[in-house]
Amino acid sequence: MDKKWGVYICTGCGIGGALDVDALAKVVKSEFKQQNCKNHPFLCSKEGVDLIKADIADGVNTIVIPACSSRVKYEEFRFGPGVIVDRVNIREQVAWSHTADDEDTQMLAEDLLRMAMTKVKLTELPEPWQVENLSKDVLVVGGGIAGMTAAMEAAKAGYKAVIVEKGPALGGYVGKMYKVAPTKVPYDVLPENPVPALTKAIEDNPNIKVYTGATVESIAGGPGTFDVKIKSGGGTVDERAGAVILATGSVPFDPAKLGHLGYGKFPQVINQADFEQLAIDGKLKDVERVGFIQCAGSRDVHFLSYCSAACCVESLKQARYLKEQNPAGQAYVFYKDLRAVGKYEYLYKQVQADGTVFIKGEVANIVGASGKLTVEIDDAILGEKVAVQGLDYIVLANGMVPTTAFGTEPGQTEAEAEAAAAKEKGEEDDIPKDVILKSDLLNLKYRQGPELPTLKYGFPDSHFVCFPYESRRTGIYPVGTVRNPMHVAAAMEDATGAAMKAIQCIEACAAGKAVHPRSGDESYPEFAMQRCTQCKRCTEECPFGAINEDEKGNPLPERTRCRRCGTCMGACPERIISFKNYSVGMIGNMAKAVEVPDEEDEKPRILIFACENDAIPALDMAGLGRLQYNAWIRVIPVRCLGSLNLVWISDAMSKGFDGVLLLGCKHGDDYQCHFMKGSELAEIRLSKVSETLDRLGLESERVRFKAISIMDYTQIPSILDSFSERLAELGPNPMKGF
Amino acid sequence: MANKTILVVGGGISGLSAALEAAEAGRDVVIVEKNPYLGGRVTQLHQYFPKLCPPNCGLEINFKRLRENLSIKFYTSAEVESISGQKGNFDVKVKLNPTFINANCTACGKCTEVCPVEIPNAFNYGLDKTKAANLPHQFAFPLKFTIDTVACQGASCGKCLEVCEYKAIDLGMQPETVSLNVGAIVWATGWNPYDPSKIGYYGFGRNKNVITNVMLERMAVLAGPTGGKIVRPSDGKAPETIAFVQCAGSRDENHQPYCSQVCCMATLKQTTYIREQYPDAKIYVFYIDIRAMGKYEDFYARVQKDENVIFIKGKVGEITEDASGTLELEVEDQYAGKVIKQQADLVVLATGMAPPTRDTGVPVGFDVTDKDGFVVTSAAEVGISGAGCAKKPSEVSGSVRDATAAALQAIQGTVGGGN
Repeated sequence: MDKKWGVYICTGCGIGGALDVDALAKVVKSEFKQQNCKNHPFLCSKEGVDLIKADIADGVNTIVIPACSSRVKYEEFRFGPGVIVDRVNIREQVAWSHTADDEDTQMLAEDLLRMAMTKVKLTELPEPWQVENLSKDVLVVGGGIAGMTAAMEAAKAGYKAVIVEKGPALGGYVGKMYKVAPTKVPYDVLPENPVPALTKAIEDNPNIKVYTGATVESIAGGPGTFDVKIKSGGGTVDERAGAVILATGSVPFDPAKLGHLGYGKFPQVINQADFEQLAIDGKLKDVERVGFIQCAGSRDVHFLSYCSAACCVESLKQARYLKEQNPAGQAYVFYKDLRAVGKYEYLYKQVQADGTVFIKGEVANIVGASGKLTVEIDDAILGEKVAVQGLDYIVLANGMVPTTAFGTEPGQTEAEAEAAAAKEKGEEDDIPKDVILKSDLLNLKYRQGPELPTLKYGFPDSHFVCFPYESRRTGIYPVGTVRNPMHVAAAMEDATGAAMKAIQCIEACAAGKAVHPRSGDESYPEFAMQRCTQCKRCTEECPFGAINEDEKGNPLPERTRCRRCGTCMGACPERIISFKNYSVGMIGNMAKAVEVPDEEDEKPRILIFACENDAIPALDMAGLGRLQYNAWIRVIPVRCLGSLNLVWISDAMSKGFDGVLLLGCKHGDDYQCHFMKGSELAEIRLSKVSETLDRLGLESERVRFKAISIMDYTQIPSILDSFSERLAELGPNPMKGF
Repeated sequence: MANKTILVVGGGISGLSAALEAAEAGRDVVIVEKNPYLGGRVTQLHQYFPKLCPPNCGLEINFKRLRENLSIKFYTSAEVESISGQKGNFDVKVKLNPTFINANCTACGKCTEVCPVEIPNAFNYGLDKTKAANLPHQFAFPLKFTIDTVACQGASCGKCLEVCEYKAIDLGMQPETVSLNVGAIVWATGWNPYDPSKIGYYGFGRNKNVITNVMLERMAVLAGPTGGKIVRPSDGKAPETIAFVQCAGSRDENHQPYCSQVCCMATLKQTTYIREQYPDAKIYVFYIDIRAMGKYEDFYARVQKDENVIFIKGKVGEITEDASGTLELEVEDQYAGKVIKQQADLVVLATGMAPPTRDTGVPVGFDVTDKDGFVVTSAAEVGISGAGCAKKPSEVSGSVRDATAAALQAIQGTVGGGN
């Protein structure tokens, strides 16, 4: 595009008092040869904004606004499509956080302006990626309560759904239940199983197609264009879907492993599913005494360390079954903590009112005599061993294991596994591998593995508290008990939310936009393939599996899988990956645009690459709190530290910067990076550059990573000062002035 | 033809999530928020369990999504007065409360500097003071100052008026009413901490060193009222023994019969705040059941490994404070089978969630709440979907999940007039 520039400096909010604005204008006019540079004392006022709008009407399409942070006054400075806008934060990050009317403060502001001018010079407007033959249908894998709900809810919003169910009929585990736990008054009446009505509604809905006795053979493509092969009735059917919901649920924890609780030894020791069947068959009317053993396998480091979340409520419900079919029946619940959260407390109260006896403790032994069973338990309340005798049945509340937790790791021969282990030992800095088991659920044609990466215990859950649907494969949403242990009502709610996310993803693809967390972003990475050396780093490091590769190792990007973080751009040693508005060259040139004083000026310079989600707001907040911090720093916001390309470090060093600081999110088990591994990858890359630095006689300490979150903003002055002090000890960068 | 606009009442984590999810699927959304800022209760939290990460990270992402989405409009310092009509076509009256500060505000902060009126800081649950002209908190979005219109001395003072260079102050600002026509409503007005003064025998208010779990959150924040130090309110001293009282007002027929779902995990989380500051402090947790659901169990197991965190199953009765500020708790220790007395320097009441709709209802002309005041699930059928803690006690990720579901229900409610 033919750029017509306008630079509008705000002098309000103390900016004019702190800085020499004429000198700023000189940077624009003399150095960058842009003569359309104006000041306004209150740029965000209607008058100020109108000034800019009048220029836009005259053809200005490239705008730089040195004023406040882009996180404020965003409505005022939004000028619609077709206009490039960059905000230079000379308020929070300069005027409010540095000494007014000071040489160093002025130099900081001028450098920030130079960096912005350079950035904008190299910015092009992104054009959204349009996919061909986009499908708006939702594929639901698994026809249990979660899958059925997801399909039904998507259909109710006007979208088509395809369910693939491996069993002969819809319904899953819940389908085999007698009744379900009540979620509303009256708590003494158990609602009917919702599955039959839901099955009928699905069968009657022309927008839902159901394949039973079917499995997914493979899924290729990406959001909007998932090409699905379904194995059904001895043949293969092709479907195209826009998004995928993984609702394959969990399986009950194998009770055969619970021999210590009498399973397999006594036929009257059964599991929760068996008890459902007894209730369906009406066989509880002759049953007098039933013991429910909670946490059978769950909350037990030998089996499942986690709590299976549903079993307490399920046992309460089953105790009611007994009461319903035999009012004289007596239930005992042996538990550790009775976890009837929220309004399930009412069900708990009801079951207590029914006369059920609750005993807190560890079950010590199960004994059988003349057809009846005895539970011996160390009663935690009484502090002594108690025996409950004459039980007709003992029901083990046996918890759940996600279907994603089964299967082998993707095809490795023994030799390969050994080689991999050896490599791991030798190179500690290698990128940690995702855990993906061949569980035969989705069979994704993804270079990084056929299923969703899993977190602890095999659940492919989101890692984020705030974003429970943020899975690691774009457009694929795990839902229900495959994602996390949960009860029936939660699974249905979860399924409705997943249907929302699926629809949203499809609409974003249709508009050529990114999904969360860079929602609405129209840029995408472009590959200058003629310079590709097939090193495979981009395909290996992409946190979302967005890049496949051909047999020669060339990357094959699937654009709609991409979240636009730029990790591939950071990984590429040949620097062939770039976005229209974000590239290795752009950032490198921004660093080079800084005027680094000579050694004798004794004005060190520190280049900071800061994550735009956490570190940049932290800097803003430090300014808002009028915390004063080091003026040697020059900050470049990055989409994610994962996009850090090592050439930027050498650019900075050869330019004469005395140090480089990376400010990004915490990594490790509780990582906060929303592109999963960005800050971790950056730190790994740094460790690789440190050798090179040492070789060049540049202390590797000059480059450092510091984890920071927004609320650490009060520590910014000390973080910067301590780094600056260390650099002072090291002395100036010897490459300065070369 | 149904109106496709969705109204979201409440701009906390649930409302914000519902609005964003619907807007990113292409719907027009209007948020109405009572506070002068978005983000709700989570903005007052130090960290989320189980990751111990600050809520601001996710909020920032959500605010960024909101800034970049032209389909969302929001009103702060606003409340819904009335709703009429039906699913697909609701007429809604929204009252915009005066804040004495208009859209010109640049957050320069001069008004606060000159404001002579000090008021208790509601954001910090009264643990410190703020000015009548204030920024509600450092992370406020939108970043806009507000004036407490009751405490403000008005034109007779007018000091802020003099210093504001941007004509942002309007001490004569009156309430306004805006009319909206929408197709569906998401009700996400969240929760209030259960009022601890209702539990007389805990002596909240009378016993200075009895605080609530939400107050402890504020103390733990570096930028909070105590600079991140957890101290006794009576004398600012570091506590050596801290007692947590679980189910303070929850699972109790005299107060709230239901379980508030988050308080167990909140307490476990807060033990880590204390441990980080005071490696030798003793922490007692008095509980009925520890409800650490699903994978949260790992977090419970981690806290259990701390020898200085002692879990005692038992209900706390009377709490008294002596002249030195030391507290004594009477506890019916179920393990010991007797009433014990426990001394503590600081008592934290794990108060639960009380939905504001218990008192206010939903102004729609018919009842959509249950006896505890939560919005019933079936209200979605008539176009009003409860979301998050307005519907049931829930932790953040559960609330967001529910809000995402509510966004879909709202979209369904606007598809060709419903269903």
